Order: sequence, then structure tokens, then C-alpha cells
Amino acid sequence: MSRRKTERLLSLVVCLLSTRRYLTAEQIRQAVAGYPEQPEAFKRMFERDKEELRELGIPLETGSLSPLDGEDIGYRVQRQAYELPELRLEADEAAVLGLAARVWRHAELAGAAAGALLKLRAAGIDTADRDGDADARQGIEPRVHTTEPAFGPLWEAVRDRRPVTFAYRAAGRSEPQTRELEPWGVVNRHGRWYVAGRDRARDAVRVFRLGRIEGDVRFSGPPRSVTVPAGTDVREVVRTWDAVPPRENTAVLQVRPGAGYGLRRYATGPPEPDPSPAGESPTAGWDTISVPYSDVGWFADHVASFGPDVVVADPPDLRDAVIRRLKGVLT
Amino acid sequence: MTRQAATSAERLQRLLALVPYVVSRKAVGLADTAAAFGLSERELVDDLNLLWCVELRNPDPYCPIDLSYEGGEIVVSQAESIGRPLRLAVDEASALLVALRMLADVPGLEDRSALSRLIAKLETAAGEAAGPSTQVAVQVDKPTGDHTIAQIRDALERKRRLHLRYYVPGRDEATQRDVDPMRLLVVEGRAYLEGWCRRAEGVRLFRLDRILGIGVLDAAATVPPDAQPVDVDQGLFRPSADDVHVTIEVSAAGRWVAEYYPCESAEELGEGWLRIRLRTPDTRWVRRLALRLGEDGRVIAPDDLRAQIRDDATAALSAYACG
Repeated sequence: MSRRKTERLLSLVVCLLSTRRYLTAEQIRQAVAGYPEQPEAFKRMFERDKEELRELGIPLETGSLSPLDGEDIGYRVQRQAYELPELRLEADEAAVLGLAARVWRHAELAGAAAGALLKLRAAGIDTADRDGDADARQGIEPRVHTTEPAFGPLWEAVRDRRPVTFAYRAAGRSEPQTRELEPWGVVNRHGRWYVAGRDRARDAVRVFRLGRIEGDVRFSGPPRSVTVPAGTDVREVVRTWDAVPPRENTAVLQVRPGAGYGLRRYATGPPEPDPSPAGESPTAGWDTISVPYSDVGWFADHVASFGPDVVVADPPDLRDAVIRRLKGVLT
Repeated sequence: MTRQAATSAERLQRLLALVPYVVSRKAVGLADTAAAFGLSERELVDDLNLLWCVELRNPDPYCPIDLSYEGGEIVVSQAESIGRPLRLAVDEASALLVALRMLADVPGLEDRSALSRLIAKLETAAGEAAGPSTQVAVQVDKPTGDHTIAQIRDALERKRRLHLRYYVPGRDEATQRDVDPMRLLVVEGRAYLEGWCRRAEGVRLFRLDRILGIGVLDAAATVPPDAQPVDVDQGLFRPSADDVHVTIEVSAAGRWVAEYYPCESAEELGEGWLRIRLRTPDTRWVRRLALRLGEDGRVIAPDDLRAQIRDDATAALSAYACG
């Protein structure tokens, strides 16, 4: 059954590629073996076959046979639209091609990458993508993961320019909300996937983290119904959304010797020792450092995580915020 | 229907690639071709027979494809209209182009010129199908300064040992260690040095942005022959039988913990609270996490960890004279 179907589809492709003029469904039925005689059964099977060819990316053209006889629909595939253009790669280019195909291994686009490689090999290109080859040459092994289930449907939506709806739990929210989005692109940043686009209800640009989407992503409109504004750079949209505000504040911290490396790294100058005589102050002999920061809440979390190794001397609002965190642990 | 339709479509794709594969190479061996397509020789012969059998019946019956595979060598003498491969589909062009543009961002990749030439050639060959690929991007974090990368590349090329000052945030320590470099990895958007750590006597990953200082030593790198590279496809977190099981509850404001750390389970408790179970070989980072979370988190188990965290908080507060 499957073999007969493959044979029929293959004959159909060859038949449609071999003709310059449009062929009617009836002409095709006569040329390609395997179609039923019964008109309704033939029509159903032919419709399904056409759909399968389109899904494989075969550019099936529909046209009228003659201007005088507009009702007679015909089909063909133009060689120029079907064929991969001539492509020659240097050895070093073929080497990076193998490396690129490995990036998606086990991720959402792994099948697509393998399909692309198959076609390029069919065009006469020899790629080094066997295990060990590529990384031995480059000493480098890049990987992208797509563990978020929303990646597949959102990529399809971006590709086909369709709007989507999904339930989204924003940071700090206890309940998810339904959002409708015209997706412009998906971007991976710090290993996490984000989708950027126009939020329909808010009529504004929004960025969503795929890991915070709950349940299914559903298409809410037909293909080609989303317009990405000209000049949109989705990387830039996500970067702006995720950007750390400038570090305009400075904290004065007392740090136990041999500790607090996560803060010392960002200190503006060398540490100064706390001059208090031993026993007089709990931080006698500790280092004093100055560290720039942007947001009090976020920075207080970070400072609190060093526990008894770091004490805030200044400013008071940061000091109070850290004390609040630490008391919160004890409640 | 779908299962069979999928296999027919997949096979059709393969057949449409097989003919040009042979044509572009004039003649190829059965064994090599089978390997290139991931088939057994028997499956390949079945494919070739199927191609050879294609027949168009109208207006005159003829066989458009003529081939032979006598003596283990495939020759296609007539390929008719399928002598060239099909164009790249949008997904296919995107998979390669997104990966290549990501590689262009990878620190320390030498062959940037090959990369940009290849991107240009593929964009041209894919034509319109290359369009949507610009709407997907993978950003790679740039490590601080090119110095670290240059030193690692130098050590990899000359097979030299590296000395690292490396920051371990979970323990808030700046450690000193000698490492025999194995390769550079880029996983989850971050760059890592993989190497044989002489202090730990094992293969370790070092995040480039946590390397505080680096130097190439005169000693030769001697990675033990049985050192196993990390299988990056399995994720970077490897559970072990000695791990401590930790249960922690977080409020809506602390839910990021479940996204940030590898968790065994996350259970909704209502009002945005989440009960997270995870395992770790070292609980020091959990103590620091609990202090960071304040009232937005509470460690439930194990008991001794909970007690340690209370002690940490009490000690920290005493320094503010309000403990």
C-alpha cells in the first residue's frame, strides 16, 4: 500500500515536471498509474496527493488551459521553481555546514536540518557531519535546545504569519492570563526562548518567555494575516525588553575576608580594610568595597544571598531591604 | 492514515534526493550511498528498483528513469526531470541559517570568513525560503573580554595546560585550578570550556564568564585517554546516587526558581505557590538561594538544611545589630 502510494506520488511529480503546459486532472489520471477509475474516488485521492506534494514544498502550479476556456483547470510544476539552484561550496564552507546541522541535534528543527543536508548532498556537496569530524576540526561544539513545548507551534505561527492565543503566567503572578499575539519572531537568549510581537488586546509590543506559557498555543487566524512592521529586528526587541537598567546607584559593603567573590568581581576599586579595632565591631578587619547596582529590590536579593559574609553599610534603603529579606527567612 | 502518509512522504523525499545524489557524482558505490542515506543496502536497492519502475502511460508509455547498480556501482543514465534536488523548504533553510548566524556569534570560532561566505551562498540558493529565518535568532553570551577566549584557543591548539582562577557561585569561592583543555562548548546560549580538572581529577565544565583569571602554562595538556566528554544532549545536570533531596516551597515571586534550576517536580499549591523537589550533590547553593528568597521561599526538607538556613539568617542579622 505504502509502496504503491510512493510510486504514484513519484510518477505524479515526474509527470508534472515533464510538462510545459498545464495538464488537466483527467490527463494526469491517464498518465500516472495507480489512480482509481471511479471519478469521486479519483478526485479525493488526487486532492490528497496534491496536498502532500505542497507539504513537501513542491511548487505545484494551478492555471487555466486556455484563456477562452477558463473553467478547465490544469496543473504543472516548473523546473525553475522546483530545482535547487546551482551551489558550490569550498571545503571550509562544507565543514561549517556540518557543524551548523549539529546545532539542532535532538531539538525542534533537527529534522529540518537533516532534510536540508540531504538536499545539499544531493546537489553534490560532501559535508563532514559524522560524529567526531566537525568537533575535531573546530574544537567547538554548539547546541541549542528547544525543551519548551510552545516552540514548535510558535515557529509555525511566525513562519506562516498567523496570530496565536495562549495562557501566560507573567513573573510573580499567581494565575495565568489569556493573551493574543501577532508573533514577529522567536529569540533564544541566555538559553531561554522568547517570542516577541504585538499583543492584540494591549495594542503594544510585548515579549513572552516560552517557558511561562501554560498549555497549548492555538492559531487564532489564517496564514498571512500578520504583518511584521518593516525594519523590525526581533533580537533587538527582546534585548531591549530584557536589558538591565543602567547601574546608577552605589552600595558600600563590608565583606568578610576570603568571601563575597560574587560582589568583589564588580567592585569599583580595591578593597579598603575596616579600621575598627578587633572586638569593637562585628566587621572589624573586614574589607569595604563599593559596588554599582541598578534596582534596590534585585540587588538586595543578591546581597542577602551572601548571608553573614556581607553587611550593607550604605545606602539605608538597601540596608533595610536586606534586613527584610533575612527576617523573612525566619518567619 | 497519518503514519503511512508520513512514511510515503518521507520516502518520496528520499527518492527525489537519491537520483540527483548519484547524478551529481556520476557513479557511486552502493555501500557508500546506503551509508550517506542511513539505509541498509537492501533498502537502497528497493529504492532503486522503485525508481526504475516509474512509468508514465500517456500519451505514450515510457520509463523516465533509467539506472543500473551492477557490480555494486550505481549509474543513472537517464534522470529526466528529477536530476536536480528540490529547493530548500522554509524550515530547512531556517534550520541551517539560524544555526550559522548563531555560530557567527560564537566566541573563538576561527573560520568566520567561511561562515559568512556560506551564509551568503545559502541565502541565494534558498531564495524566498530564506526570509522567515531572520525571525528566529539564538544569541550567544559574550564572555568578558577576548583575552579568555584567546588563551583557551592557544592552549587547545598547542595542547597546553591552563591555570584558571574560577568563581563558583554556589559556594561563593574563587578557586585555583589547573585544567587540561578538551574543547569549547556552547550550550543554552553560554560558552563553556570543557577540560580535565587536575584538582577534581575529572572532566569539568567551566563557564567562560566565571573565569576570573587565566594563563597558559608551559606544561603539556595530558587528558587521560579514558576521559569521557560531557554528552551535551543529555543536559548539563547529572543526577547522582549521593545527591541530597531538597523540597522547597516558593511564592509567585519565587517561581523563577523552577525555571532556573533543574527540578524533579513542581507542584501547584494554590495562590501561585509552588512546591519544588530537586536533588543536588552540594546544598550550599540552596542555603544562599533561601536567603535570597526571604519570605518568598521556605525550605521544607531536609531538616538539617532548614536549621542551617535559620542559623545563616540569624548570624547575618546579628551583624546589623537586630538579630
